[in-house]
Amino acid sequence: MTLTRRKFIRSTAAGGIAFAAPALIGSVARAQDGPIKLGSLHDLAGPLAATGEPMVYAIMLAVDELNAAGGLLGREVELINYDTQSNIQLYSQYAQQLAVRDKVDVIHGGITSASREAIRPIFDRFKTLYFYNTLYEGGVCDRNTFNTGTTPAQTVEKLVPYAMNLWGKKAYIIAADYNYGQITAKWMKKYVQDNGGEALAIDFFPLDVTNFGPSISRIQAAKPDLLLSAMVGGNHTAFYRQWAAAGLKGEIPIASTTFGLVNEPATLEDSESVGVLGSYGYFEELTTPASTAFVKAIKDKHGAQTPYVSELAAASYEGVHLWAQAVKMAGTTERMAVIEALETGLTFEGPSGKVVIDTKTHHVTRNTFLAEVESRKWKVLETFEQQAPLDTSAVCDLVANPNDTTQYEIDI
Amino acid sequence: MDIAIIVGLDVVSGIASLVLISAGLAVIFGMMKIINLAHGEFLMLGAYATVLSVSAGVNIWVAMLVIAPVFVGLVGVIVERCLIRFLYGRLVDTMLATWGLSLMIVGGTTMIFGNTIVGVASPLGGFTVGAYQSSLYTPFLALMAILLMTSVWAVMRYTRVGLIARAVMQNPDMAATLGVNPTRVYMATFGAGAAMSGLAGGLLAPVAGVVPTMGAAYIAKAFITVVGGGTSILWGLITASGLFGFINQIAAFLTTPVFGEVILFIAAVGLIRMLPTGISGRFFKGRL
Repeated sequence: MTLTRRKFIRSTAAGGIAFAAPALIGSVARAQDGPIKLGSLHDLAGPLAATGEPMVYAIMLAVDELNAAGGLLGREVELINYDTQSNIQLYSQYAQQLAVRDKVDVIHGGITSASREAIRPIFDRFKTLYFYNTLYEGGVCDRNTFNTGTTPAQTVEKLVPYAMNLWGKKAYIIAADYNYGQITAKWMKKYVQDNGGEALAIDFFPLDVTNFGPSISRIQAAKPDLLLSAMVGGNHTAFYRQWAAAGLKGEIPIASTTFGLVNEPATLEDSESVGVLGSYGYFEELTTPASTAFVKAIKDKHGAQTPYVSELAAASYEGVHLWAQAVKMAGTTERMAVIEALETGLTFEGPSGKVVIDTKTHHVTRNTFLAEVESRKWKVLETFEQQAPLDTSAVCDLVANPNDTTQYEIDI
Repeated sequence: MDIAIIVGLDVVSGIASLVLISAGLAVIFGMMKIINLAHGEFLMLGAYATVLSVSAGVNIWVAMLVIAPVFVGLVGVIVERCLIRFLYGRLVDTMLATWGLSLMIVGGTTMIFGNTIVGVASPLGGFTVGAYQSSLYTPFLALMAILLMTSVWAVMRYTRVGLIARAVMQNPDMAATLGVNPTRVYMATFGAGAAMSGLAGGLLAPVAGVVPTMGAAYIAKAFITVVGGGTSILWGLITASGLFGFINQIAAFLTTPVFGEVILFIAAVGLIRMLPTGISGRFFKGRL
């Protein structure tokens, strides 16, 4: 490029104005400089992709809504999403990148509990606000972290007695072999015992197990009245297939805390899934206006291949809006001010109904639902209004111990 | 007693699925000394071909037994023509190339069909042994494994094609001087290996969660079976599948699925330490 006299004058003049502007407008301009950055860490490839995809869609929807309404504090909200590819190592890497290089104002993300425990300390260290929007085993007690998904006291506690009333007292527990499955299995055992039943055995499955034959024989040999399942991911879907193929579908009924999170009812045949019980903080089939509008907005944009819009998507959407309200209330994106605003017990009316931040635990009080699979869809049987995260509040008090960062585990 | 029969069936099913998922890999490795890291994706393509044909209204048996192997066999031929044939004799390069290929296939399938799980219901019902139940699909898989092994053996032993294949396998240069075109034999072998993987994928579709990434769950087991078996296609595959399938299923039944996998891998490490050339390298040397 040759530099002509005219171009030189034009560029220096423009530069001069740009230099002068901050001095003229002063501190008011600082709020205008650049967008507010929202970081997102979700798996869009690998075994957990079907779970991550709708969560990212929900976050995109929330961000679009915020920007359509003029942004936050007059600034645009920019979404920076990294695909963690179902790989824990990438979670650590991208978490550092978001906190240190991109300097985002908040991060929403993490799917498995293993990924959350990999990135939570990173955000603590770099003092970056973190939202974990997935249903999980409960017990995280960390002032920098907000958990908008359900915990066992909100779902398992409803599911187990309901299933035991229907089917009997002897339960066999199967779960995925990592921290979520391990701890959820303990909760299942506790609620089975609390309701006067017996947990015959607990079996854990690594995420890449594909042949469930021997386990199915073990379960038959134990002769349980019902099966409680916390199986996770695509490979584990095969369990339900092989279970039905062995003709056990009608013999031993199943209640699950994870069935449906990766589209199982639509994937499996009617005969393989009918009658399975599940309990979550949201179902795509809810017919409230907020819920139908939410599902329609996502499906209109992303087409028929969109995976099931589960609690994870609803909680992600609600998480972003709760954070946005806190930013508005605080008038800044500064971390402590936003945390304090959230701790006032902020409320958002989302697709699942009213969601309220619990000040002591940084979890949420929210509606939970109990449903049964019928004709490859969920049929919502019962609604439990405004369930508090009692499991975590029994062990966690961030008002008294603001420096706590432990994840408490249940002991049985 | 009933439980013994059921566990026996589990063992048979474990062995049969190892034979099926490893056969394609064993043929390609045994005959061409190529390590096909896209093997898991060939299985996945077979499963997808089955699921999509069934949802398009094709009879499930036709989909599993005809469409899946034919489709994946064609894919194999194309892959051999466009990629593998430039890399014969370069072991590390073929590993890298087929690994890249596997990522491409996973990515492409995800783009076209999305990341959701698809599947078909298992076509046969269950049956009862005393107080226990099992799936009829288990003996069916065992039957298919036996049929597959028998036909590989018959083709290799009694047909002219098999004779040429064995000749090229033993000494490609000598075979070439006798008028055999090794390029064509390699192409056909790779296609046949891919077709076997496609068949296995099709047969697994009703008992697996079919997703673009499903290959990863099978490839490790297929590899230890082939490495444990050694270069003899038939005897290596059968003995290694028998050994590992038995250990895995019994251990999973007696302990937990976690230890089932752990014990399997320990057994594999021990075996390869004692027999570095695999079972067939020691006991079935030079046999098919």
